[in-house]
Amino acid sequence: MDSIIARTLSKTYRSGKSETHALRGIDLDIPAGELFGLVGPDGAGKTTLIRILVSLILPDQGTASVGGMDVVRDYGLLRRRIGYVPGRFSLYQDLTVQENLHFFASVFGVNADEQYGSVREIYKYLEPFRNRKAGQLSGGMKQKLALSCALIHHPSVLFLDEPTTGVDAVSRKEFWILLSQLRSQGMTIFVSTPYMDEAARCDRVGLIQEGKMLRIDTPSAIVREFPLTLYALSTDRMSRVKADLSGCAEVRSAFAFGTNYHLTFYTEEGPRTCVHLLQQKGHSSIRLEVIQPGIEDCFMYFMKEA
Amino acid sequence: MKVRVIMAMIRKEFAQFFRDPANIRMLIVMPVVQLLLLPLAADYEVKSVRVCIVDSDHSPLSHELTAKIAANPHMHVGCKAESFEQALEGMERDEIDIALLIPAHFERDLVRNQNPVLSASVHAVNGQRASVGSQYLLQILADFNNKVRMNWLQLPKFNPVPLVDITHTYLYNPRMDYPSYMVPGILVILLTMVGFSLASMNLVREKEIGTIEQINVSPVRKSEFILGKLIPFWILGLVVLTLGLGIAAVFYGIYPRGSVGTIYAFASLYLLAILGLALLLSAFAQTQQQVMLVSYFVMMIFILLSGLYTSVESMPPWAQMTTHLNPVAHFIVVIRMVVLKGSTLSDILPHVGAMAAMAGILLPLAIWSYRKHF
Repeated sequence: MDSIIARTLSKTYRSGKSETHALRGIDLDIPAGELFGLVGPDGAGKTTLIRILVSLILPDQGTASVGGMDVVRDYGLLRRRIGYVPGRFSLYQDLTVQENLHFFASVFGVNADEQYGSVREIYKYLEPFRNRKAGQLSGGMKQKLALSCALIHHPSVLFLDEPTTGVDAVSRKEFWILLSQLRSQGMTIFVSTPYMDEAARCDRVGLIQEGKMLRIDTPSAIVREFPLTLYALSTDRMSRVKADLSGCAEVRSAFAFGTNYHLTFYTEEGPRTCVHLLQQKGHSSIRLEVIQPGIEDCFMYFMKEA
Repeated sequence: MKVRVIMAMIRKEFAQFFRDPANIRMLIVMPVVQLLLLPLAADYEVKSVRVCIVDSDHSPLSHELTAKIAANPHMHVGCKAESFEQALEGMERDEIDIALLIPAHFERDLVRNQNPVLSASVHAVNGQRASVGSQYLLQILADFNNKVRMNWLQLPKFNPVPLVDITHTYLYNPRMDYPSYMVPGILVILLTMVGFSLASMNLVREKEIGTIEQINVSPVRKSEFILGKLIPFWILGLVVLTLGLGIAAVFYGIYPRGSVGTIYAFASLYLLAILGLALLLSAFAQTQQQVMLVSYFVMMIFILLSGLYTSVESMPPWAQMTTHLNPVAHFIVVIRMVVLKGSTLSDILPHVGAMAAMAGILLPLAIWSYRKHF
């Protein structure tokens, strides 16, 4: 059974005479129990889509339902069944960890102390800080508190808007482990992120750009769909690679990936022409080899082709 | 509406409020300072009117008049200008308030019954000072006039026409002292400012820091949310009122002649209306700055047209009409009636009705507009 369904969702923001098309006809079918990742650059419409699904804003067109409840008509019921962690920390910074949890527990009509069980996995990180003001927590701890508050009422669907933005690498990893644990308990999770490497941890990912869903598939299927041969390039003068390659018509795409450049070419001759050109420009110890594309390469490709 | 949710909101509000020491200081220091300072500043008594007497007569009678004016405790006869022009120059330099010209042959004309004319010019930039000052002067002159008549004119044994003499007594505030009049009024302003600014700022703050997002996806209803905001500030408002009444009693010796219960009953209703308006305004504002400017504007109009400083009866008719819609004006009338006159609930019934109507309109409106704007 599908848990999150959207049909031709559109949303346009107007301010004065300028219009921003945040969403242009989004279709979604996410089965219950799936960990779904929404990936896209800033301004792609990720937050707008989530805010519609959690009933915070109304779509201009289209319909959506979560767990069988319409996001416009049944918003009252819907809000009892979902958890939402907004991109911006939205708990009371001047209240302590415990006070925040207790407040949201009473708002949802559950007993916070009894519910500690359900958020135990997360709360164990927070326990030592329970009397600290939420505003004085680190970024990672804030996110764990936000997650605890969103889970206090046992939601069946959890929405997270860029939960790992501005959080250090270790906390990010911990956070994703928590999400997989929740998923294994049967919760449907919808998470947006600008970090493509995180997409590989999802059951399926949706690639969104300029309000349109480019692709929805499992990470491995997306990688398989990569139609080109991908090369990794390294030379002794990496800082000049971009400028020196710009004159080469054979290069289809070039993106910096860590210490390498990932390249694709229009023709079979491409790699040889490119190495030749770089040698002329004074590069040495040039290494160009075929590699398996990662999910980020695929996103870069699909976004460029869209 | 669920009591549990409202209680959770209230507990949260108080926890936040008392966590910030600045709030507590504001709640206590603001009423104390305002009540101790403002009544002194808002004192209309004109203590010293600077009079310049230009005596062109130099007769015993003109000297007597000068001496009589100088003897008045409110009058300060300073300058001795040679001519009326010179006296007016002094007025130009803001050195004198009233220039009085005693014309030449004043005594002679008076004795000959030729009605000599004294002319006084009053510095009227400060209208209050001018009218009170000239009142004082007129009173002295009237006194002087009577005495002259007694001494110089042969009065018939019996008055040919019957005379009506008017005497008056000031009721309710016999010594006409300003604190008893001003302090209750300022207490109203205080209650209004504390309630209004705390409530409106608090609500917009939730929008500004985004905490309202989390509330909006929770099952908290708008009515529960608004009530959860209203009740804490309603309680704090009554705390300020208590504090203010205490200061009025301790420092000014003002004890309400009427029942304190009546004041609390009306204040409770009043706070509902004021907080309703504050929450309504903050439903439309996006930032604390916006709501602060708007509330400043609204407060200013309410206070200036409230009859705190100027009596409502002396306002133009249209302004008098607006006071019916001004909650501050109603409360000021009521608190003065109860404190000074000892009015009871039945005396202030029309005001209670007006306030109930305002609260009855503003509160649902605040809840309703929250439905739309979030």
